[in-house]
Order: sequence, then structure tokens, then C-alpha cells
Amino acid sequence: MSALLELDKVTITFGGLTAVGELDMKIEQHELVGLIGPNGAGKTTAFNLITGVYQPTSGRISFRGKPTVGVKPHELSLAGISRTFQNIRLFAQMTVFDNVRTAMQGNRAQGISDALLRGRTFRAGEARVDHEVMELLKIFSLDHFRETMSKSLPYGDQRRLEIVRALATQPKLLLLDEPAAGMNPTEKQELMELIRFVKDKFQISVLLVEHDMKVVMGICERINVLDYGKKIAEGTPDEIRANPKVIAAYLGKDFDDA
Amino acid sequence: MRGREKLFLLLGIIAAIGLSFASGAFNRYYLGIVIDVGINIILAVSLNLINGHTGQFSLGHAGFMAVGGYVAAKLTLVCGASAWIFLPALLLGGGVAALAGLAVGVPSLRLRGDYLAIVTLGFGEIIRVIFQTSEFFGAATGLTGITRLTTFGWAWGLAAVTVYVVACLVNSTYGRGFIAVHDDEIAASAMGINPVRYKVTAFVIGAFFAGIAGGLYAHHKGVLTPSGFDFIKSIEIVVMVILGGMGRTVGVILAAVILTILPELLRGVAEYRMIIYSLLIIGLMLTRPQGLFTFGKK
Repeated sequence: MSALLELDKVTITFGGLTAVGELDMKIEQHELVGLIGPNGAGKTTAFNLITGVYQPTSGRISFRGKPTVGVKPHELSLAGISRTFQNIRLFAQMTVFDNVRTAMQGNRAQGISDALLRGRTFRAGEARVDHEVMELLKIFSLDHFRETMSKSLPYGDQRRLEIVRALATQPKLLLLDEPAAGMNPTEKQELMELIRFVKDKFQISVLLVEHDMKVVMGICERINVLDYGKKIAEGTPDEIRANPKVIAAYLGKDFDDA
Repeated sequence: MRGREKLFLLLGIIAAIGLSFASGAFNRYYLGIVIDVGINIILAVSLNLINGHTGQFSLGHAGFMAVGGYVAAKLTLVCGASAWIFLPALLLGGGVAALAGLAVGVPSLRLRGDYLAIVTLGFGEIIRVIFQTSEFFGAATGLTGITRLTTFGWAWGLAAVTVYVVACLVNSTYGRGFIAVHDDEIAASAMGINPVRYKVTAFVIGAFFAGIAGGLYAHHKGVLTPSGFDFIKSIEIVVMVILGGMGRTVGVILAAVILTILPELLRGVAEYRMIIYSLLIIGLMLTRPQGLFTFGKK
């Protein structure tokens, strides 16, 4: 059984700078994996490589056994890789409802002609999308914000809406880019529960980039550590906490948190 | 809600055709302006799909309008003018304009913002110059003696169709993709939306209706000259879209109405007309940069 996502010696260079070098990483079905490292270590670049925003200079990436190099981001999204962004990228001019339904492109069997003819297929399809969006919004208690413009949501809700939108694409793998950024301790606690819940409820794998060690150590089953684009360690939270390389590069000598 | 959009379309077309029968009673000058308004609604609403909803700043709309106008006019000039040939002529003009939109859109939509604006501006001018040098299309004199087939019913009926198409397209799960591309292309593609596909689609549909408007314009004025489709014409349409509020269909329609009538009202002060017109636009942009008619939800 091959892994859900597999990175094999993936390298990307920008000019002379190697942003990610020879990265090997595996994510299995239904696994919650963390990716940590100091600022500029290449975590977001790794995300962009996995989602097809960047093409690797060398190395191979495969998702569900198929190579993804050369595949466009929207195709990877339809194939089952979804993501959130470090700096929230919601569709600002749209309502909460529209943000989520826009992400249901793979799941709507309709196109231009249906939209123009407004026949029975169209109405049935739109009703189904409406129903599914509301189901999702209810799960995350965002349903009362249905007609609110996404940009006027409170910050924490915007972060959650981004996760909901990502889930609306029906992913197999969800990439979360610093979901806890800017959250207070209570919100972080709720976020951890939310991520666990999402993983179990939707039966998906999650790759989490996060700076907050409480969050990462608290929920990840396995952690990869990047430094200067290279993977310096991989293991369970306990192994990572005890790894001298990780302590030197990232956690710091005094790390006894979490 | 059921089938409401189609009902509106039907009512719009019936009203346009019905009023068309009564249009003989109107003063010809006023009737001419009202038809102009209908044509400009088609232009502004179709450009709004590209510039407003999809957020791709195009300055080539007059070029596509020229394509549709010349093709349709040439057809009725060659085949003889009758009401039966008019619709096929308009559709052919729109179709060729859509092809031109495809040809322009595919290479240039990789560009963004200002660069796209410059490239579409260039393409629009190229199209105009092609007509200007082509003997077949009458070169610099253009085409004359086009039968005036455009009635109130045609102009406003097709305006209703344009509004219907753009509104129905955008107000669907499929169509939210246009706005998603406008709001955030990277996020859109991460959500399974192919930005290039949506942009090209918007461009082709927009160009199609610009072509239809061109055909109506040709058979309204009776003459076509290449200089009528210079970039000033494109700018005029862009101003309607901006003034109406990018992506707001109702606002854009109102802006098209006002900006068509305004220059006529200012005819009394002929020498200062363009100055007043320009000042009004500057004033509006300073006070309401989001567009004049942006109330509530779009």
C-alpha cells in the first residue's frame, strides 16, 4: 500500500537559493503530520510544491500513487489536495455561503449551459450544493453567518471558514498553513479539537505547518522538522522534543513547554 | 424563485418588442438615443463580465464591437437587407467577435492588471487598423448604405438577453468561479477553479455580446467608420462599468443609461460638453470611487 502523499528528494531553487533541498516526506492515509521549523525554513514552499503552485527543480512528488509534477493547482485540488493559507485568502467580495459553495466546483455536475437554461438539473444541483454548504457550515457553527460578507467575520471565524472552504472540495489531504497564527490560547485549544475532529469526521489526512508548539506537539502523530530547506529530524512529538538537533535549530535549550 | 430569471427575460423581450410597435409615435431623435442606450447597455454589461466580475481589465471592447459590426453589416450589404437576415447577421458578427476574443484572450490573459490592459488596448487598435486598411471593408471610408434594421425591439430585446446571460452565469455555483478569480486567483485555483479557463470564458462571452452590439450599432447608424471604434470608445464603455460599480449589473445598466443621455443633454453647451462630461466623471470618481450605484448586495 503506497502512502497518500510521497515526496522523494524534492528540491527547489530560486536563483542560487535552495529553498527546499532533497526533502523526503510521507503522509499515510488518515494521519496527522506536522511540519515545523524556524522562519524561512521552507515550510510554506513545501506546501506550494505539494499543491502545484511551484514545480520542483528536481525530485518527485506523488499523490495516491500518481506523480503530481506538472499538474496544475486546480487539478490537484480536484484530485483531493486542499489547503488553507498562512495569510487568510478568503474570497473577500463574497458571503460566507458563497465562499464555501465556490469550492464545490468538483462536486457540481453543471456548467455554463445549465446555468443559462436554469432547468431542472440546474435547480436540483444548486439545491444539493446549498444543502451541502449548509451542512458544512452547521458542523462548524458558521451557519448563522450565511449571508455575512467573509471579510467582516471575526478573525478566528475567518480562519475556521477557510478550513470549511477547504473541506468543501472534498479533500483526501488537507494542508493547514499556520492555522493558529494570531489566535488566543482559548481559540488555539478549540482549533486543536477542531483539527482532530475534522480528521476523524471526514476521514482525511492532515499536514500541519505551525509555529505554536503546544498545538503541534498536542495533536500531531508524527512531526517533520525543516531547517534551511533540509529535513533535520522526523519522529513522534516525544522524539522531536528530545532531539538535540531540533533543540539547537528551533526549539531552543529551554524548551520544556507542552 | 422557480424559473424567475426566465420570466424576467421573457417579459423584457416582450416589452421591448411591444414598445417597438409603438415607437413610430416617438420623435426620431429621441428614439435614436433610446436605441443607443440599449446598445450601450449590451456593451457595458458584457464588459462588466470581464472587467467587473472576473476582474480582468480589458480595454479592447471597441475592437470586438468593430468586428461584430463590420461582419454583420457586410453580410446584410451582400445578401440584401431583410428582417430575416438580421438575426443571423448579428449572431455571425457576435460569433466572429467571440473568435477574436478567443484569439486575443488565450495569449494575453496570462498577463495581469496594467499589462493586460495595455495588451488588450493594443489588440483593439490592431483590429481597428485592419478594418481601416482593408478594401473589402471599405478602408478609411468604412461601410455606407447599411439598411437601418435596428429597431427599439432589437436593441432592448438583445439587451435583455445580455443581462439575462451575464446575471444567470454569475449567479450560479459555476459562476462564482468568475468572482473567485477576481478576488484571489491563487485561492481560486487551490479550490479547484481553473483561472485561465474562467478568464477565457469571460473574454469570449464578453466579446460575443460586444460583437452583437456592434451589429446593432451598424444597422442603427447606417454607416461604419473605423475611427468610430478607436480606444476612446473602449474607454467610454470602461467608464460605464467603473461608474456603475465593477461587478454590479444593475449599477452598470444605470451608468450606461446616464452616460448615453448625458452627452446629449449637454449638446446645448456644445463647446464645453466634453469638459463638463470629464469633470463630472472626475468628481464622481473622487466622491464615489466604488461606483455610483453600489447599494447593498450585488
